[in-house]
Amino acid sequence: MRVGLLYSRVRVEERLLIEELERRGIELELLDVNKFQAEIHDPTPWQRFDAVFERCVSQTQAVTAVRVLESFGIPCINSSAVIEACGDKLTTSLILARNGIATPRVRVALDPETALEAIEEMGYPVVLKPAVGSWGRLLARVNDRDAAEAILEHKSTLGSVQHGVFYIQEHVNKPGRDLRVFVIGTSPIAAIERRSEHWITNTARGGQAAGFRITSEIDDLCRRTARAMAGQTGALLAIDLLETEDGRPLVSEVNHTMEFRNSIATTGVDIPARMVDYVLGIAERRSLTRASQAAAIAPSSSAFIAPGPVGVA
Amino acid sequence: MSATPASPTTTACTCPECEASVPFARRPLQGEVVRCPDCNAELEVTALDPVVLELAPEVQEDWGE
Repeated sequence: MRVGLLYSRVRVEERLLIEELERRGIELELLDVNKFQAEIHDPTPWQRFDAVFERCVSQTQAVTAVRVLESFGIPCINSSAVIEACGDKLTTSLILARNGIATPRVRVALDPETALEAIEEMGYPVVLKPAVGSWGRLLARVNDRDAAEAILEHKSTLGSVQHGVFYIQEHVNKPGRDLRVFVIGTSPIAAIERRSEHWITNTARGGQAAGFRITSEIDDLCRRTARAMAGQTGALLAIDLLETEDGRPLVSEVNHTMEFRNSIATTGVDIPARMVDYVLGIAERRSLTRASQAAAIAPSSSAFIAPGPVGVA
Repeated sequence: MSATPASPTTTACTCPECEASVPFARRPLQGEVVRCPDCNAELEVTALDPVVLELAPEVQEDWGE
């Protein structure tokens, strides 16, 4: 069984995953996404893989490479559909809303003046987020009209085209923390709470992580979220939850290339091992399918013997 | 900007920012991100034979989880 690990940077997470994959004794190839190129009419060079484990930091690179590999019939974890569903906050919100999953109210606008109208209608404060991006970057809590006008002007003047999509989320007055639940397939396996004095609680922005016991309500919410985002077989996901003042959990974001370095010791769960279990399960199914297909195509030994003279010395 | 190359068996390399020694606890991997213990610069292993460290690229808009 051969697995490729597609990466752009080997961070602590990739190092842990590589070590875990090596411990399993499978054939592992490290695939630098910056060196990725494929002739789309010729899948042959890629057919050696039973699965490709995608761990790129760039969403654009990830989804592009994975789309090509999927077209060659190679299972990728996560799939391009999951990357696209998670990588764009508006797409995530639309999927959550369509599936009746509790999530903060969101409005979207495509023009700064219209965005200002939307914010005024929602009421202050609101949170402006870039539709694409992570690690708590470029989030803005907008407390009043002056701030809204300034931020909208900055975004439309200084930002890329993407910043012309105004994703406006209701501000949830969370109790000094948010929650992150790690999901393998559709099963929540571990969770942390992230606390910070700042309203942004991402660990990338200084939030402190501690283990969190998953309640039945959160377990159910995360299972439904995983199925909505990735179908019945799920995916490898980190689901971020906010809690309302009356304690209701809301799904805020879903991450497709989860970071977990601060969550192994705090939860006591070997997250990279569980991720590798999932990837190898998919690779093994592909390996078995390929073996049975090869057996079906190959002629049996008796049929393969060309008819020839019998009994002739 | 790149650091003084080190051989693949070397367990340390020179920081391209401050020229301090950057140790490797394990064999370095292509693309591995490390921090200089002296100046805290984020560095990336850009070659293995010999090992070369360069300043890691700035975070791009679509980077994340």
